[in-house]
Amino acid sequence: MSATTTNARHSTGNSPVPPVRKRNSLAKGKLPKWAIWAIAAGSIIIGAAASTLTGFSIAAFAIYSAIIFLVAASVITTVVEGKRRGTNAMWTYLIYAAFIVALIPLASVLYTVLEKGLPGLNGHFLFTSMNGVTGAVDNQGVENGTPVVGGAYHAVMGTLLITLWATLISVPVGMLTAVYLVEYGQGKTLSKAITFFVDVMTGIPSIVAGLFAAAFFGMILGPSARMGIVAAVALSVLMIPTVVRSTEEMLKIVPNELREASFALGVRRWRTILKVVVPTAISGIASGVTLAIARVIGETAPILVTAGIASNINMNVFANWMSTLPTFIYYQIMNPTSPTNVDPSVQRAWAAALLLILMVMALNLIARLVASIFAPKKGR
Amino acid sequence: MAKRIDVNDLNVYYSKFLAVEGVSINIEPKSVTAFIGPSGCGKSTFLRTLNRMHEVIPGGRVEGQVLLDGDDLYAPGVDPVTVRSQIGMVFQRPNPFPTMSIKDNVLAGVKLNGNKISRSDAEDLVEKSLRGANLWNEVKDRLDKPGSGLSGGQQQRLCIARTIAVKPDVILMDEPCSALDPISTLAIEDLINELKDDFTVVIVTHNMQQAARVSDKTAFFNIAGTGKPGKLIEFNDTTAIFSNPEQKATEDYVSGRFG
Repeated sequence: MSATTTNARHSTGNSPVPPVRKRNSLAKGKLPKWAIWAIAAGSIIIGAAASTLTGFSIAAFAIYSAIIFLVAASVITTVVEGKRRGTNAMWTYLIYAAFIVALIPLASVLYTVLEKGLPGLNGHFLFTSMNGVTGAVDNQGVENGTPVVGGAYHAVMGTLLITLWATLISVPVGMLTAVYLVEYGQGKTLSKAITFFVDVMTGIPSIVAGLFAAAFFGMILGPSARMGIVAAVALSVLMIPTVVRSTEEMLKIVPNELREASFALGVRRWRTILKVVVPTAISGIASGVTLAIARVIGETAPILVTAGIASNINMNVFANWMSTLPTFIYYQIMNPTSPTNVDPSVQRAWAAALLLILMVMALNLIARLVASIFAPKKGR
Repeated sequence: MAKRIDVNDLNVYYSKFLAVEGVSINIEPKSVTAFIGPSGCGKSTFLRTLNRMHEVIPGGRVEGQVLLDGDDLYAPGVDPVTVRSQIGMVFQRPNPFPTMSIKDNVLAGVKLNGNKISRSDAEDLVEKSLRGANLWNEVKDRLDKPGSGLSGGQQQRLCIARTIAVKPDVILMDEPCSALDPISTLAIEDLINELKDDFTVVIVTHNMQQAARVSDKTAFFNIAGTGKPGKLIEFNDTTAIFSNPEQKATEDYVSGRFG
């Protein structure tokens, strides 16, 4: 077989190796790789020149350069590579631009909070409350140039305790609601009503949730009932719809075949839900719950009207006022400890803000970790 | 082990829609019965009524009798869970529980019901069931690995092992090979032949060669048209159905001259 092929080739005089050509005809009309960088460099130079003409500023420079680059890159690509590739280039760079625009506020927030918060964030700040720190202390500190005293320990504890209690209330209620909606209530009037009210609850302004909890406990315990658990109830009003929604979505994507497989083994419905459906969906549920926590941990208004504000450490959510990090920030900024020397308060507020961001970030990381731990194992 | 099933004039509904009408059939113990017929003719629906899985679908209900060794499955006061633990089912797509290891998948019927089982009993049951499903040699070194890591054919045999581990009297199979390659199909067909020694097997299949290869008796279902109920046209020994059917429709279907 191979012999005949060789003979055939020899007879027609073709060499078995195709002749080496300089350019692949399939790849012609393509910009070289360096071209786009050249266009970028050119755009930056022209952009710099244009912005100097109209009075230099960083923003103008960036905007001019970006617009010039977008136009130049798409026009040049269109001319060299054709209309389709030109359009593709334009949209590609537009999408990159949108991404950068979306990233600017995030990076800027992170930078500002880090810059202003880092000086105040130290062991003293983390493990000291504001108990006994008065305007006089701050004034003296500023005069003597000593480090800022007082910290957010009480607020950190308040945040953790109130969020913990809110989670303890919302997760069972929310998860059981979702289980009812997906596993028992399909198509029933009650489940339609629940879905509707959960949607309504999602839109409740947080201050309304706070007022509701304050009024509710006020009715039971008297008008001055302000304590951690009231705030936890207010937060759980905000959390429950999120937990219901995310759990519902996760339960819905559990394949029906698994339920049927379990039923066919003679397993009861509640055991099927408990041992097959929920474990299959648990990673998604866990991350949904964590994101719900991250959502309410930064609430300020409902805490102010339900738990008040405190400067001392209160570990009991069932008595006395409590502070959380958001209310701590709010009070340090709006009501500085020393009205004449606000700098220590501002520093504390930024440090607390940084701490809050770190806590939310840690929660998100935990959510990912939990999701990966609970995810169905892969492996052969 | 291995009970007979007698169905008397069974109508199967989805809410108000009559899906299968007037089926009467007698399935002998320790035999393989195949249901064949065109898509949508109600064979799977009918199969699911035999272990009360049909009513899991909202609106699903039946009229008539299904007798398991003389006991009506649909008599008042019968717990569907008891029925399902005696009549096991293997589905079209392999569906091992993704959160469980191979071993736990086999033990699922025991463990999900919260029954305690000693370690040595569990190991015996796992080995016996996996051997029964011709899967033991392939997985014995990785019993603690996830069941979803197996190939499709292995997963289906794992599902069969899971079903026989609860020691049912009857095993229903709903197109168990339609998602599998010819080699895995052959493995399952061999297995069905062995299962016949201990269980009553009912299998739905689109593959007529498969019905001819594995079954003792064959039931042909057909449907008069869209929206009409499916009916049992003919039920006889497999050889008779394929070589000398009584009904014209059966002959047309098995000879490929359908429609």
